[in-house]
Amino acid sequence: MRYDIRFSGSGGQGIITAGIILAQAAAIKAGKNAVQSQSYGPEARGGASKAEVIISDDEINYPKIVSPDIVISLTQEAYDKYAVDLKDNAVIIVDNTLVHEYKQDGHTIYKVPITSSVKELLGSAVSANIATLGVLNEICKILEHDWLLEVIVGNFPERAAESNTKAYNLGVELAKKAMG
Amino acid sequence: MEKVRERKFLQGNDAVALGALYAGCKFYAGYPITPSTEVAERLAAWLPKNGGRFIQMEDEISAMAAVIGASLAGKKSLTATSGPGMSLKLENLGYGYMAEVPCVVLNVMRGGPSTGTPTGPGQADIMQARWGTHGDHPCIALTPSTVYEQFSQTVRAFNLAEKYRMPVIILSDEIIGHMREAIEIPNEGELEVIKRQSPTCPPEEYKPYDNSVLVPQMASFGQGYRYHVTGLNHDEYGFPTNSPKLIGLQEERLIKKVEENYDDIVQVEHFMCEDAEHIIFAFGSSARASKDAVLNLRARGIKAGLLKPLTIWPFPDREIDMYASKVKDITVVEISVGQSVREVSRAAGGKCRIKHVYRVDSEPIAPSDIEKVVEE
Repeated sequence: MRYDIRFSGSGGQGIITAGIILAQAAAIKAGKNAVQSQSYGPEARGGASKAEVIISDDEINYPKIVSPDIVISLTQEAYDKYAVDLKDNAVIIVDNTLVHEYKQDGHTIYKVPITSSVKELLGSAVSANIATLGVLNEICKILEHDWLLEVIVGNFPERAAESNTKAYNLGVELAKKAMG
Repeated sequence: MEKVRERKFLQGNDAVALGALYAGCKFYAGYPITPSTEVAERLAAWLPKNGGRFIQMEDEISAMAAVIGASLAGKKSLTATSGPGMSLKLENLGYGYMAEVPCVVLNVMRGGPSTGTPTGPGQADIMQARWGTHGDHPCIALTPSTVYEQFSQTVRAFNLAEKYRMPVIILSDEIIGHMREAIEIPNEGELEVIKRQSPTCPPEEYKPYDNSVLVPQMASFGQGYRYHVTGLNHDEYGFPTNSPKLIGLQEERLIKKVEENYDDIVQVEHFMCEDAEHIIFAFGSSARASKDAVLNLRARGIKAGLLKPLTIWPFPDREIDMYASKVKDITVVEISVGQSVREVSRAAGGKCRIKHVYRVDSEPIAPSDIEKVVEE
């Protein structure tokens, strides 16, 4: 079993945090080998950035992804830059709030209105990264939902627990809709 | 029953901070710089809770000075930085070698020169670590390549600093510093932690720079052993001297304390090297790509092996020499146009072919880049 998962978006959207949560849940809750790495520019906000998570039963040496089997893109710029070098039959999840141009061929693509739905439900898009985890995990069935939720609740101040849980569950529902 | 190690999911920089606490570090002074800042962030929170002090200084020059001062006062001390900050620390680093002050300096290497690429990896500060500060001087530099090694090599860096009474450099890089993976935290007592040995003689007989031994005992300020500390060549009591005899004895002792302890200081990992026809020499993040390259090459029937130095200074000459006479070639992998490759060539002495894989466009070197060159 090995997953090569690439989160991509704009600096400040929390995709690195999403990557950390997924890898931490895989490493600590599921006892897998998991490595999280990232690439971002010198700016604190904006600019295409990516977070990569490798989850494997075997030892993980090279910590970067050569060809992802799952790519999540929250912005058009991130999709254009990082939805590349895909394995055959990869899974692509795009947030169609901001990603409008994408290729359909050879891969399974899920169009999910993550950012707009989170904003509608919670009044702010700040938890869009957490909803993204719900979307990803419902579609790809990587870990138990509860394991991810435990890490999500544990990694943030208590006051964020409720809205983050809502965001995660919203992500799960959005994924179910997207899968039809 | 042995206590089970706690499994934690950690960033490489966090592991350095935890390793420092494990080693008994009680003082950190620094100036934040990507990609090393998390070390300062963690220790700002953790040191005060562990009987230590954290100071954010006005720049890297003063940070290095503060670290030396704290160590002279008996506290194990750390500073962390990256290339541009390392350039500023060099002056006082030399003072640390000359005055024989134990301390640990972490350089999380990024792309350079100058401010370069703050968030991109680099491995081009190898020669700076060795020769950045002027004059003949000893150097110990360690190169971790996993989050666990960030922890364990930090502990080892503090040990070597105390044992040989000198600054020790850890050369990490942006990839290792910023990546996260799970590690099992050693319990107290599992890893060796060397404590500073105070002088055993009465104060009037104390020679802080006794040339009759390789590493003189070190008294902390306030222990009643008054002595002078200077960057000038000094006599055995620490006072400046122009005596050619004393200058020569001291200079040579500084070098010898590392040279004569090669076996204790130099650590390398041999991965699938026994029957290897092709050796890959790589450290830090490049060693991780190289390990995958070895596995992929072996799967295709090519006998490759990885020689991974955990100590880059002193350079692992003896290990390279041993393989150079047995293998067809050594491929050096580094995020540098060519620094460690020069050293490998020197150490191999023309006994085998030396190949080079490098990248300096802020992207990491991938296993396939390495495999291609080994297969050529």
